[in-house]
Amino acid sequence: MRLYVDSTKCSGCNACRVACSLNLFGETNPKKAALVIEPQFPAPGIYNVKVCTQCGDCAAVCPTEAIKQDAQGAYYVVYEECIMCGACEPVCPEGVMFVRPNLVENTAWKCNLCGDCVAVCGTGALWIAEKEAATA
Amino acid sequence: MNGYGGSILRVNLTKGEVTKEPTPADVARDFIGGRGFGIYFLFKEVPKGADPLGPKNKLIISSGPISGMLVPGGGKCDWTTKAPLTGGYASASMGGHFTAEMRYAGLDSIILEGISPKPVYLFIDDNKIELRDASDLWGKGTFAVEKQFKEKLGEEFQVAVIGPGGENLVPYACINHDYGRQAGRGGVGAVMGSKKVKAIVVHGAKSIPVADKDAYRKAGMALYKACKDAEGFKDWTRYGTTIVVSWCDEVGALPTRNFSAGSFEGGKNIYGPVMREKIVITDKACFGCPSPCGKYSRNKKYNSFVEGPEYETIGMMGSNLGIDDIEAVAQANLLCDELGVDSISTGNVIGWAMECYEKGIFTKADTDGLDLKFGNVEATFALIEKIARREGFGALLAEGVKRAAQKVGKGSEKFAIHVKGMEQSAYATHNATAMLLAYMTCDVGAHHNRAWAITYDLQVGRDKVVPEKVARVIWLQNFRPMFDVLGGCRLQWVELGIDRDLYVPALEAITGIHRTWEDLDKVGERIWNLTRLYWARENEGFGRAWDMPSPRFYEEAPTSGATKGQITKLEDVNKLLDMYYEQRGWTSDGLPKPETIEALGLKAVIG
Ligand code: SF4
Ligand code: SF4
Repeated sequence: MRLYVDSTKCSGCNACRVACSLNLFGETNPKKAALVIEPQFPAPGIYNVKVCTQCGDCAAVCPTEAIKQDAQGAYYVVYEECIMCGACEPVCPEGVMFVRPNLVENTAWKCNLCGDCVAVCGTGALWIAEKEAATA
Repeated sequence: MNGYGGSILRVNLTKGEVTKEPTPADVARDFIGGRGFGIYFLFKEVPKGADPLGPKNKLIISSGPISGMLVPGGGKCDWTTKAPLTGGYASASMGGHFTAEMRYAGLDSIILEGISPKPVYLFIDDNKIELRDASDLWGKGTFAVEKQFKEKLGEEFQVAVIGPGGENLVPYACINHDYGRQAGRGGVGAVMGSKKVKAIVVHGAKSIPVADKDAYRKAGMALYKACKDAEGFKDWTRYGTTIVVSWCDEVGALPTRNFSAGSFEGGKNIYGPVMREKIVITDKACFGCPSPCGKYSRNKKYNSFVEGPEYETIGMMGSNLGIDDIEAVAQANLLCDELGVDSISTGNVIGWAMECYEKGIFTKADTDGLDLKFGNVEATFALIEKIARREGFGALLAEGVKRAAQKVGKGSEKFAIHVKGMEQSAYATHNATAMLLAYMTCDVGAHHNRAWAITYDLQVGRDKVVPEKVARVIWLQNFRPMFDVLGGCRLQWVELGIDRDLYVPALEAITGIHRTWEDLDKVGERIWNLTRLYWARENEGFGRAWDMPSPRFYEEAPTSGATKGQITKLEDVNKLLDMYYEQRGWTSDGLPKPETIEALGLKAVIG
């Protein structure tokens, strides 16, 4: 399973990012979310949304194997095992792997497919479904 | 403090100093936030008789405890000040992402004080707060400035900016944010301009503390679910506020040619679905909103992008000016935003000028050669620019409709559509007595959003003048503005009809204070009365006469449309006020009685 997005439907509300930070850290702070919303205004007037595809590239480079995969196929960070080396962030093709010591001192973070963002998104921009067989 | 950013930021522009102080817990308890903080600080700190555009006035910008939280629509920011438009209380609500960002920077309110010797902008990046030179930005349009900041500082900075209208102290200048959200009414933009503050940019990365994390998450999720499950969710989200254009046209509430009628023969061309089809490309939300009313448009005819138009602008720049072209309305909307003038007041003033022209009170010699007939799109565009720049004929209109009509005379005062000097927004109230009363008694002047009572008029009989109607208006006035106190949007309740009790556990989990809606309505009543006392303090002889509507609604029945031949009797206007004052616990001249002040715990506040 993975999270999908249709950016054309996004209204830039950021509710997903609030829900995400609450899930990942128990905090209300969208800067600590695992989705990225890029507003493109005044032209062309759309939001570009980046979400985790659960490709696993981050897990592949983690020297301590702190990024593990769960039963539904989601890769998640075991916070205690992260050493903040920063290896994962640059390999993420979507730009949604975060190692930001100024925001979170002791761990990297990423989407763990909790589904809370989908629950709050009003526009239907987000959904969770099986990973497509062929992912580029 | 749970549920709060924790600090009030004071910006002394005269000295160029910024200081932070803790958000006072007792004020948070009694006034909660947002508009509550605004009137509290205004009443306490701005001395009696202060010139709205002078150094003693303050601009108080406040978030509330649901701003930036997992609560639908927590994106509203309150801008309170002494209004240059009316000389009374102004509180303008601005959507978007500014209020949430303020809180992530730890700020509940920002208070701008004094006057800067030169143009500046306020820079806030968490704890780094500075006044910076804005000489090179002065004179620029709002979109250009916002874009410049976003490119330089990044998309996560939120920008509130004034345009030439604010710089030129147009008393209905607005503040623009997020390419199309405004703090619109009462002239908050002029106050910012008088202080020589071109913009405020804010970014924060702090978390907002809550009292009970699990209960908060649960209550927040339940609110989102209720919105998404609501029956009207799909249609509302597709059309936003433009969903009501057709309805207003049908019932005779759509202001047409300076409110001379309530139905527009060209109305069908500016209905919501027409707009959606023709120009809308993206739904654009305020922070945390699952049901975005914002419709972002690509206007091919004018080769431009604009947020909106929403209902008010369609009414004021469309039917009210006899313009039946949605793309022209969208372009007028864009000009107002870019130049930083409130599209409601601007449309109202231009409507008045057009009526003067058609009646021969103005000729081309007065209007800089503009052929100011109703329906003239190019003249409308030209006037918006002239108003914002106070050029030629625009300088007169830039006074606001009340003062312009006083200057011009010749009977034009009778069709200057305002209350207390604030131009009436987009509901024609010839025969809608609850809505008329709502305008008459609204705490900032003729604005609709405190008590949107027009559907109630239709429900119970529009010309009926009965105590229940008055009670309904009062209840709405106490309750609806509470969303501006909480720092959120009312439309999830108004339009989606979600149960307002769902907010109760959320607010409790966030702040740790249990408040029922009964308690909250009481806070609303306290605030309403305090704003009334503010008007009275600032205006010699303030009272009943100030609550009178434009004579158009009791003297001149429309000659066409759904309200043809219909009017509210002057006697009924007075009856409405009598009942209203009595139910509010005010004197027959409309002033809160000592026992009312006492009962609401306001004695200590007013001193
Ligand atoms: S919740 Fe949905 S609409 Fe809102 S920002 Fe996230 S993806 Fe976009
Ligand atoms: S309904 Fe409109 S005004 Fe209210 S929060 Fe949503 S986008 Fe903002």
